[in-house]
Amino acid sequence: MARTILAVDDSKSIRDMIKLTLAPLGYRVVEGDNGQSGIEVFKREPVSLVITDLNMPVMNGFEFIRALRGMPKGAGVPIIMLTTESKPEAKAEGKAAGATGWITKPFTPENLISVAKRLAG
Amino acid sequence: MTTDLSAAVETFVQEAREQLEGLEAMLLDLETGTDRDRVDAIFRVLHTVKGSGSMFGFGALARFTHHFEDAFDGVREGRMQIDNRLIDVSLRARDHMTALLDCGGDNPEAARLEASDEAASLLATLAAIMGKGPASAESKSSPARAALPQREVVFRRWSIRFHPDAAALRNGMRPDLLMAELAALGEAEIRLDASELPVLAELDPERSYLAWDIILATAQPRDAIEAIFLFADDAALEITEIFQETQETADTVPTVPTQQPKAQKTAVVPQEPPAARVPQANAGSSENVRVPAGKLDDIMDQLGELVIAQARLHQIAAATKNADLESIVEEVERLVTGLRDATLSVRMLPIESVFGKFRRVVRDLSVELGKDVALAVEGGETELDKTVIDRLSEPLVHMIRNSMDHGLEDAARRQASGKPARGKVTLSARQEGGEVLISIEDDGAGLDTDAICKRAIERGLLAADAQPNPAEIHQMIFAPGFSTASTLSSVSGRGVGMDAVRSAVEALRGQTEIVTVPGRGTRVTLRLPVTLAIIDGFLVRLGQSVFVIPLAAVEECVEFEEAERGRESGRTMLQLREHLVPFLDLDEVFSRPRSTEARRRVVIVKADGQRLGLVVDDILGQNQTVIKTLSIYHRHIAGLAGATILGDGAVALIIDVATLARRARVAQRQIA
Repeated sequence: MARTILAVDDSKSIRDMIKLTLAPLGYRVVEGDNGQSGIEVFKREPVSLVITDLNMPVMNGFEFIRALRGMPKGAGVPIIMLTTESKPEAKAEGKAAGATGWITKPFTPENLISVAKRLAG
Repeated sequence: MTTDLSAAVETFVQEAREQLEGLEAMLLDLETGTDRDRVDAIFRVLHTVKGSGSMFGFGALARFTHHFEDAFDGVREGRMQIDNRLIDVSLRARDHMTALLDCGGDNPEAARLEASDEAASLLATLAAIMGKGPASAESKSSPARAALPQREVVFRRWSIRFHPDAAALRNGMRPDLLMAELAALGEAEIRLDASELPVLAELDPERSYLAWDIILATAQPRDAIEAIFLFADDAALEITEIFQETQETADTVPTVPTQQPKAQKTAVVPQEPPAARVPQANAGSSENVRVPAGKLDDIMDQLGELVIAQARLHQIAAATKNADLESIVEEVERLVTGLRDATLSVRMLPIESVFGKFRRVVRDLSVELGKDVALAVEGGETELDKTVIDRLSEPLVHMIRNSMDHGLEDAARRQASGKPARGKVTLSARQEGGEVLISIEDDGAGLDTDAICKRAIERGLLAADAQPNPAEIHQMIFAPGFSTASTLSSVSGRGVGMDAVRSAVEALRGQTEIVTVPGRGTRVTLRLPVTLAIIDGFLVRLGQSVFVIPLAAVEECVEFEEAERGRESGRTMLQLREHLVPFLDLDEVFSRPRSTEARRRVVIVKADGQRLGLVVDDILGQNQTVIKTLSIYHRHIAGLAGATILGDGAVALIIDVATLARRARVAQRQIA
């Protein structure tokens, strides 16, 4: 079965980019446009990897990561946060919330592929 | 591998454009008060435009936006205050960002904009507000990863010790994939160190107890190895070079065992259940689908054909008198109607999207004209066809300019006549049947009837001895080449007048109405069809031909009195109860042979607030009229708005009521 990757970002262009990059490699990409909708999708999908933005309306990435780690289904699932150079301290906060790693924006399709392979297999 | 991201780039441009449009309203909102949510929302827009911009090839946009993102981050963190200067410069910056977006990416035009005086002035202004020295035009680019001196290494041998943090597995680390990736770099000898593993009874299944020792032979630099462990910075990681063979033995860099700086080892604190703290989200917000407008147009075209085909089917079925067939046809008819409504609704947008712009227009004009003006907006949720909305923006801006420039008096005059010093312009929209009414109302001095009359005579738009009623005079402001302002101001005197507004509205098959009360103000109302593609039509017959009058314009139908006919050539007015209504014989209008039918009818229509009778041979009923544009050979014929295809396959011409109404007025004036 295709591995499912959950992309959570309020920007559709970023979600599209993740999808366009990973779908050709056989990954199935499901989407959420903020933490809240991300949780809904996470509950019903067999997610192998979560890629999430941090700064989002309704529910931000930190809250989202904490919420996932608080769910029985959320233990052990790799979570990658999308961070920016302007906020290095966000990495530590995300790590503390339970993130597995990060990708710094701007990122290239190659960055994304290497992370997906490393964490989703 | 290369990935084609052009579709995502397109989405980015669209998304960024919408966000920048929204940003304007958000910034203007700050003038009425600041709160955390507003500032957060602004920050998010700037953050997204910057972050995505740099990913999708809009580097100049990203670099420029960065400075403003930084400023609003400062606001969020209390380092900066919101004041009018910041709002002003941010509004101008927003325009600059839009221009950079419109360049379509990093190209010479974007480079020109980036180096422009406007950009420099915006950044300098921002820097001054932020209390910094002049901002450098470059963004803070990433501290480039210190590239290791490249020597021509054939291969090196590394000893790697990897001991993940106890919480690593819980946090989703996958040591198996890490090892596989490491092995892919070269030849790897991987040994597992399970010495810390406790007895089963004491084992916590989610905790990591393992460590790995790897000997790796690879031609890859240290960077490549470190990159694999990028996310394992909690782990104890040692990478030591134990052997190297180079072709050039340059000054050997001493290799130091690398101990990654340890991040704070924060355990995952159990959180309260998410459901308790999560606000109710707008469920389904991610269910939206973005569709290019062109695809919608295709669907609309197909649907139009379907409506026509269905009308034919209806007609044929009625002739066969087959009950089964007729019931199916009825069912199909119901489905087509449902499909039509659903499709039309997809094209509908709230008019808010264009109203939002006007806050900025009013704000900028207030400054320019030195008039304090408040804009009130009502009915922004009213929906209109997207095409109509797109084409309305220009005319509305012009009308607002007119209201503010000519309509509203200056503060002194307002106060002298007992009005509040601050002028008011109200923009409102509401739906009425198949039409949307958009009004622009000011509480100014009202139209100066005498001045208009005088100007109209000067311009030869009105005979010197004409005795027009006030309503007719007010219509004059829509005449081509008319302008009442005795001195051209830079605001509204821009070569286009209200005639441009009228023709734009008529191109949308709409009408304009004007109501003015001296000393109290003026209201201009645009009546627009909700949609352009399919209308309710009123079928009339002239000889053997069928014509369609838009039903929305039809008021009533009356018999054409024999007595009137007798006087037809001498008069163009019809006695309708206590009123006189001008009328036109459509035979004459379209140069057809004069009708010889005994009983004729008059369809009373309303255009631009005036009634007009259209004499026809017969009335046939209503239909769904799918509007087709006329060919270029017929488009110039006045009085026709298009054509449609009837159920029997015949073509019917659609009558342009507004043009006919104007023609009737001209005819009357000539007679007068």
